[in-house]
Amino acid sequence: MATSTSKYEYIVCDPAACIGCQLCEYVCSYTKTGEYNSYRSRIRVVRMDEVLISAIACRTCENAPCVVVCPRDALTQDSESGIIRVDSTKCDGCAWCIEACDFGAISINPATKLAEICDQCETVEGGPQCVLWCPKEALTLTNPDRQAQKTRRDLIKDSLEFPTKTKDPR
Amino acid sequence: MKGYSGKILHIDLKTRKTRVEEKPEEWYKLWIGGVSMASRLCWENIVPGCDPYSPENPVCIANGIFAGTPVPVGGKFGLASKSPLTGFLGDSLSGSWFSIALKRAGWDGVVLHNSSDTWVNVFIDDDRVDFLDATYLLGKGTFQTEEAIREKLGDDQVRSCTIGVCGEHMVRYANVTNDGRQAGRTGHGAVWASKKLKALSVRGTKGVTVADPKKLMELSFHISKEAQGKYTEKYRIYGTTTNMLDMDKIGLLPTRNYQDGTFEHVNLVSGQYLDAHHKVKVIACAQCPIACEQMSIVKTGPFAGAMTGVEYESLQANSSNLGISDMRACIQLLEIADHDGMDSMSMGVTISYAMECYEKGVLKKEDFACKQFPEGIEMNFGNGEAAVTLAKMIRDREGIGDLLAEGTRIACKKIDAERGTESWKWAMNIKGLECPGYDARALKTFSVGLATGTRGGCHNRSAAYDPDIKGEVNRFTIDETRGKVAAESEEYAAVYDTLPLCKFIRRCFTGKADRAGAWPAIAELINATTGWDFGYDDVDLIGIRAHTIKKAFNIREGWTATDDDLPWRWKNEPFTKGASAGYTVSDEELAYLKDIYYQAKGWTKDGLIPSDLLIKLGMPDVAEQIGVKGE
Repeated sequence: MATSTSKYEYIVCDPAACIGCQLCEYVCSYTKTGEYNSYRSRIRVVRMDEVLISAIACRTCENAPCVVVCPRDALTQDSESGIIRVDSTKCDGCAWCIEACDFGAISINPATKLAEICDQCETVEGGPQCVLWCPKEALTLTNPDRQAQKTRRDLIKDSLEFPTKTKDPR
Repeated sequence: MKGYSGKILHIDLKTRKTRVEEKPEEWYKLWIGGVSMASRLCWENIVPGCDPYSPENPVCIANGIFAGTPVPVGGKFGLASKSPLTGFLGDSLSGSWFSIALKRAGWDGVVLHNSSDTWVNVFIDDDRVDFLDATYLLGKGTFQTEEAIREKLGDDQVRSCTIGVCGEHMVRYANVTNDGRQAGRTGHGAVWASKKLKALSVRGTKGVTVADPKKLMELSFHISKEAQGKYTEKYRIYGTTTNMLDMDKIGLLPTRNYQDGTFEHVNLVSGQYLDAHHKVKVIACAQCPIACEQMSIVKTGPFAGAMTGVEYESLQANSSNLGISDMRACIQLLEIADHDGMDSMSMGVTISYAMECYEKGVLKKEDFACKQFPEGIEMNFGNGEAAVTLAKMIRDREGIGDLLAEGTRIACKKIDAERGTESWKWAMNIKGLECPGYDARALKTFSVGLATGTRGGCHNRSAAYDPDIKGEVNRFTIDETRGKVAAESEEYAAVYDTLPLCKFIRRCFTGKADRAGAWPAIAELINATTGWDFGYDDVDLIGIRAHTIKKAFNIREGWTATDDDLPWRWKNEPFTKGASAGYTVSDEELAYLKDIYYQAKGWTKDGLIPSDLLIKLGMPDVAEQIGVKGE
């Protein structure tokens, strides 16, 4: 069972809201490479069947297994943001990090054959571009606390009547 | 050249050889992509006069100019061949990841020639083409086939166009599916089956680049955000199914095989009912920020578990049109159509034809005998279970399903010849393609758009129902302006079908969907993608050329003005109730409408295209073959 023990922020997708358009993949690959190419995207849309759709990017695990497992110490984790950086001079594309990742959030760039991981667009103005573009606001940059709060709020909203005082007086 | 690779891939299914054709930039400026380029590839590659099921009828695929970029709703491709239903050009569109994979593989178009001797899954792997054995895929549904191919090739990013069991059985209105979307109409699935082509798969790993990416990102971002607002509200909330109540209100909702224009149980088969009782989720085509597909499931009754996407055209053809008020039966019917791969519209209208035959005594209970019901079926309107059984019989070509799998035009001919009946009067097709969910008796501008339509009874190519329904013209009467209105509306639609962009985005550029509102914005998108210098007039010409090449193809196949006709019922039987009661499109009215339509197009009074017009549009080779002297 995949578990994230993150205390950091990461990008999540709400599968109920995701429509599977894949715009996030184009925007990600464009931001990182200047090309549109799903194979170069660091967020990936998964379509299990016609209605089971979601997207996955790096979850910034605490003590990230990908970092621990890298035999060439090419991967490092930022202690402030939890973002995992790949040193392209050290990475040789062995893909051990991919095996270590519970979320399938790492990919090998087909051109350079090196590992690529979501960095939440840390150097891009406006932050994560996939979040900015997602037409259905299915993607959010969150952390476990905020995510839990949102889930609780959604639960209450769905299961209870809206309070009377905010109802239209007519 | 930016935005294009400049390369068309020709694949010979018999010799299993491939050839790359390089096209000059000027060719792309004329044909752009989608329906227009696919139709042009048909013009260049199909042997005139060929049998649609013969090796001489290649499958022509043309990608979209915006496929694989973030341009909203631009992930589409065009698919064309000679249609086995109409004998004329069959051109379809599909929104899909297939188009994006094809773009990344570096092909602007694919032409599949000849016929394979054994069932084949053609796999385009970037530059390489493999001919994979497809025997293990036979009998599988459309989505199942895609999944099986992905599993076998071990890559989720492999995208396939497939045919289902209906295609394998060469149901004449079988379709081609990809990722739950269909190149739905005119029988492509049957053409693919005639070539023993079960699936065409693509893996594209190369990046897509454009001329001015910064500009394209800005434009796309704006459109994508606009598409979350009021301009697409209808599509986002109920999808097109909201039309059920609207069409019923104006008395033009096809009911019981177009005998009525209002349905007494419409509230049980409306988009609103679907939303409240059956909707699971909305999903999008590739690259689409709108998401109109209403994925719906049956929870109770004999069809529990059936699930598929529901939209207006499929819904009306299989609910009110069959007199069925049980949404669960409709969803089951649509699941059969989508999963097994046939056009849900032609299927619904063929079943409604059979139901009317039954109610009028032309077909008897025993005519519907099958393994499950050896004594036959009472095929009354409203009988959902009977309709579901008949759909399966059509799919399997069992019993009378074998004849009904040929479509209404061929079926009525055979039935009438054998039984001395006149069921052709309620065989609701135009040029062999079954009619859409807009009854044209009181949509007089649309009636000429439908009658003259190059692919037959289709609501997507002529958009003239729009001015009729919106009240921009009086839909109950005719006047001298209608030829121009009909011509302009189909040329307008052809621009979208050629880029292709889904028409649902049409108001999101500037808030106005007309040419002045949309063309400059579309020109900007084209220029940012290709680096060209397109303006308003260039965009306008895209649609005119697209429509002209389709018409030219039909003329080369022997089209004459008598082919531009309407079903007998629309010309002779007015509705007796509802807001459109009392109207027909008489033969005289139709003849007049055709006249002024041909005139508006700049054609001769026989509907042929003058050579100088073709030359002016950049098609001297077409002029040489089918051009006539102007009048």
